[in-house]
Amino acid sequence: MFGYKGKVLRVNLKDRTYKVEDLNLHMAKKYIGGRGLGTKMFMDEVDPKVDALSPENKLLVVTGPLTGSPTPTGGRYMVVTKSPLTGTIASSNSGGFWGAQLKFAGYDVIVVEEKADKPVYISIVDGVVEIRDASHIWGKVVSETTDVLEKECGEKSKVMTIGPAGEKLSRLAAIMNDKDRAAGRSGVGAVMGSKNLKAIVVKGSSKVEVKDPDGLKKVFSESLKKIRENGVTGQGLPTYGTAVLVNIINENGVLPTNNFQKSYDDKAEAISGETLAEKYLVKKEACYRCPIACGRYCKVDDIEGGGPEYETIWAYGSDCGVSNLGNIIKANYWCNEMGLDTISAGVTVATAMELYEKGYIRDEEIDGTPLKFGNDEAVIEWTKKMGLREGFGDKLAEGSYRLAEMYGVPELSMSVKKQEIPAYDPRGIQGHGLQYATSNRGGCHVRGYLISPEILGLPEKLDRFKLDGKATWAKAFQDLTAAIDSLGLCLFTSFALGAGDYASLINAVCGTDHTADSIFEAGERIWNIEKLFNLESGVAPSEDKLPKRLLEEPIPEGPSKGWVHKLSDLLPEYYELRGWSKEGIPTDERLEKLGISEDMAKA
Amino acid sequence: MNVEVRLFATLREGRGKKVYFQLKAGLTPRIIIKELNIQEEDIAILLINGRDGDFDRPLMEGDYLSIFPPVGGG
Repeated sequence: MFGYKGKVLRVNLKDRTYKVEDLNLHMAKKYIGGRGLGTKMFMDEVDPKVDALSPENKLLVVTGPLTGSPTPTGGRYMVVTKSPLTGTIASSNSGGFWGAQLKFAGYDVIVVEEKADKPVYISIVDGVVEIRDASHIWGKVVSETTDVLEKECGEKSKVMTIGPAGEKLSRLAAIMNDKDRAAGRSGVGAVMGSKNLKAIVVKGSSKVEVKDPDGLKKVFSESLKKIRENGVTGQGLPTYGTAVLVNIINENGVLPTNNFQKSYDDKAEAISGETLAEKYLVKKEACYRCPIACGRYCKVDDIEGGGPEYETIWAYGSDCGVSNLGNIIKANYWCNEMGLDTISAGVTVATAMELYEKGYIRDEEIDGTPLKFGNDEAVIEWTKKMGLREGFGDKLAEGSYRLAEMYGVPELSMSVKKQEIPAYDPRGIQGHGLQYATSNRGGCHVRGYLISPEILGLPEKLDRFKLDGKATWAKAFQDLTAAIDSLGLCLFTSFALGAGDYASLINAVCGTDHTADSIFEAGERIWNIEKLFNLESGVAPSEDKLPKRLLEEPIPEGPSKGWVHKLSDLLPEYYELRGWSKEGIPTDERLEKLGISEDMAKA
Repeated sequence: MNVEVRLFATLREGRGKKVYFQLKAGLTPRIIIKELNIQEEDIAILLINGRDGDFDRPLMEGDYLSIFPPVGGG
């Protein structure tokens, strides 16, 4: 068995049993692993209409064939489930060391079914599985839980856990591993909480077998060289982390500020990657087998820990009108401890600030610091309360869409399919906006990062305001991203590597016969099954949209002044390229071509 | 009248965050970059007033330049 371990661990929390099944290698080849294989398995087993927080929803933890291999950045895993935030398929990805350790412990996939009657955690040590009592760690924050379980399960064990936010079923709850790495988006932590599952601990000593060690050595060296020589992965990211983006996004006038009411922040320098490195950075951090080391570890006053990332700095910074980087670091720390998605949590606070300043949220409703833009104490206090569902924090824990809806103005939530949009104003980046609107898991920047060509000039520079060719770029980026997410690699490798490189890596590890084209095709296949799941779960194609503000209110000032997003001009071409109907529904012909129809017939 | 040049990331090393050049006829980004002793191949993104810039476009009153080495993230 090469790449894959060939084993699926199926755990039933209701009767506290487990069984080990063989991995379906035919499906693994077709859907690769991680996001693709996880979605396929999930669709085969779970009714798309399932209530995301019911015992009938399942939680799949899925590695890729390159997870745990010597491939650069080969340490990632994917959580696949139905999202309590969006109602769509959720696939949330994380790095660190946990994913590789699951492979070393002997499994490619964990399927968690039903709900435990009391809090439990799962321990997996070299194939030996135990479902243990977790009452002593229930209610504890992420770092404390991790410390307790590492001690309990022994040296070198790796811990994936939820914090109080997941236990309290916040729709913004993340699953954390290695203390500060997150499968952050779409509320996957709440699904774990709904099952009374506090943590999964893994430890193992088996290796990932490689089909062609000499071939891998060669393609490994070539890939590593490309990553090291690339300006972004070899210099920009290692030196400044993802926060290096603050200034460039702001200089283009697309840094959303005060809940997207503006797109230029004249205080951006204070929260930039350069300032972070100068004032707060303690050390860099790297995930398993990562030559990039974009992770930051920062300290401010008595608080220290992993992060913050660009997205977090923006969500709690510019989007909340805050320029005190120290307090943004503290808010990030509390997100990690509570187990909250920093993007959705920060944007929800920003939404609350607009609701408060416009008089929808009244003083008597909030028992704490006023939710005013620029209030840098509020972002810390309300993050803690959101994590604990304390007072008004209970409403924040529902996310920005449901919060704004409570006040009759859902359009003030800057979200797609109820998931908060990340840190790039699509009004000034037309292709990226199309990607936001069509993302199968709702507002997301890592489903097709068109910032790369439209802002950063990689692999070539596109005019960010033009529409020509953007649908083609969006589709290509979405498909390639789906494949990388399925391999078990970090998306940042794509700054330096192309589809051909990924094909060479998986072929050397698994003995497959992938080409650049087949990598794209696998990605397209994955994109289509995600769409099918959404349609069957009741998410209409009309949800491929952007908030009204971004379509109708021009950017008021800065380098992108006067622009709105022209989604209605882009969508028809995009659907046509996908081979979907004008209404955005995959056609039988395209499903046939991608080999999806035959799988559906078998399921 | 000065042209403001904003430098970012590693391009700040030994040069600072902002540098000002006196505006005179024919002043272009290429001339400024040479004066700053920056290799053109080290520049990934050049913006004039927040829009994609041209190395040889003569600068005008009120223009500002933003110069970046390769950067990325997500």
